[in-house]
Amino acid sequence: MSAAVPPPSRDRARAVIRRGTVLSTIALLGIAGVYVLAAAFTPIEARQGVAQKIFYLHVPAAWSALLAFSLVGIVSVLYLWLEDPRLDRFAASSAEVGVVFAAVMLTTGPIWAKPIWGTWWTWDARLTLTLFLFFLFVGYLSLRGALHDRRERARFSAVVGIMGLVLVPFVHLSVYLFRTLHPQPIVLKPSAPSLPWEMLRTLLVSTLMFTLLYVGLVTLRYGIGLAAEAREAHDAG
Amino acid sequence: MPEGLRLALVVAGKDIRAELRSKTALLSATVFAALVLVIFNFARDPTALSAADLAPSALWVTFAFAAMVAMNRAFTVEREHDAIDGLLLAPIPREALFAGKLLANLAFVATVEAVALPLFVLFFNVDLSRSLWGILGTAVLATIGFVAVGTVFGAMVVRTRFAELLLPVLLLPFMVPPLVGAVQVTSRLLADRPLSEMLGWLRILAAYDVVFVTLAALVFSSVVDE
Repeated sequence: MSAAVPPPSRDRARAVIRRGTVLSTIALLGIAGVYVLAAAFTPIEARQGVAQKIFYLHVPAAWSALLAFSLVGIVSVLYLWLEDPRLDRFAASSAEVGVVFAAVMLTTGPIWAKPIWGTWWTWDARLTLTLFLFFLFVGYLSLRGALHDRRERARFSAVVGIMGLVLVPFVHLSVYLFRTLHPQPIVLKPSAPSLPWEMLRTLLVSTLMFTLLYVGLVTLRYGIGLAAEAREAHDAG
Repeated sequence: MPEGLRLALVVAGKDIRAELRSKTALLSATVFAALVLVIFNFARDPTALSAADLAPSALWVTFAFAAMVAMNRAFTVEREHDAIDGLLLAPIPREALFAGKLLANLAFVATVEAVALPLFVLFFNVDLSRSLWGILGTAVLATIGFVAVGTVFGAMVVRTRFAELLLPVLLLPFMVPPLVGAVQVTSRLLADRPLSEMLGWLRILAAYDVVFVTLAALVFSSVVDE
C-alpha cells in the first residue's frame, strides 16, 4: 500500500520547514512575552513567593509533552491500520518534540520543588508516571534510531507506541497505590486551581504559546523528515 | 488437542531442545541471577539494613534482570543463518508462532527463577515454609505479562545491531507495574499478612497479564511480517 506513495519532493520539504520555522519563531517570541507577562504583570503568589512563577512554564510544558505523547499513541494505532507513511512521520516528530517538552517539565519541576517541597525529587505518583513516560519515549526514539528500513521502523515504532498507550494506566495505578499504601513524608501538593484572573490569564497565554511551539516544532521536524526522505530517494536514483 | 496449540508446542519444543543441547544461554542466565543475588548482599550495609528488609526487592530485581538476559536469546538464535525466515515460511499461524515463542521464553525464565529462588532463601536467610506457594503463584502471575511484552520486543530489537542494549531500555518501563505489584505481595507474604491485603495487587498483576498477552499476540504479526 505505502510502497506506491511517491517520495516527497524537496520543494515540498522546504515549504514545510519554512512554515515550521515561522510558527516556532512566533511561539518563541510569544513565550518571551509570557516571561514579561509573568514577571511584571502577574501578582506574586502569597505563600510560595517568586518560586511560583515557574508554574507558567512548567504546566504548559507538561501540557505540550502529554499532548505529544498521547498523539503518538493514537497515531500508532492508526498507522498499523492504515499504513500511511505520513502518520509515521508525524509520530516520529511528535515523539521527538514531546521528549524535549518532557525534559523542560522534568527540569522546571525540581527547581520549583526544592524551595517549596524542600526536596528536588519525591516519588509522588504524578512525578513517577511522567518520568516513566519520558523513559518510554527515549526508548521509542532509540529504537527508531537503530532501525534503517523505513517501513519496518514505522511498524515497530507503532507497536511500541500502542503498547505504551496501554501501559500508562497500569503504571499510574501501581505508582499511585505504591505511594498511598506507603505514605511518604508529608508532601505539599499543588492546590486545586482557583487562580486569580491575572494568574489564570498568564497561564492560558503560556499554554497557548507552548501549544503553538509544539505545532511549530512538529511541523519543522516533519519537514526535516520529508527532506531526509527526498534526499534518500534522490541518492537512490 | 487444538491445531494451534499443537503448533505452538512444536515451536516451543524446538527452542527448548536447541537450548538443552547447548545450554549456553540458560547456564549464563542462571549464573547471572546468582551473581546479582550475591552482589545485592554486598551492596547492603548489614548494620543498617537487615537482609529481611531488602529480601523482596532483591528477589524481584534479580528475577527481572535474569529474565531480560534469558529473553534476549529467543530471537537472537533465529538471526543466525536467517533461521527466522524458515520459521516464518512454515505454515504456522502467527498467533501460534507467538504462543510458541512465549512458551519457550516462559520455560527459560521459569527455570532461571526456579534456580534463583533456593539461592535467595539461602543467601537472605528467609523462611518460606509458610509462603512458598504464595511466592510461586506471585512469580507466575508477575512473570507472564512482561515475558509476553519481552517476546514482542525481542523480535523487534533483533533486527537492530544493539539488541542486547535496546531490549532492557524498551522493556524496563513495562516491568514497572508487575515488579511493583510482585514486591508488594512478596513483602506481605513474608510478613504473614492476610490475603485481603494483597488482593488489590494480585488483581492488577492478573489484569496486566490478560491485557498484555492479548495485545502482544495481536501486534506480533506486525512485527514479524514484512
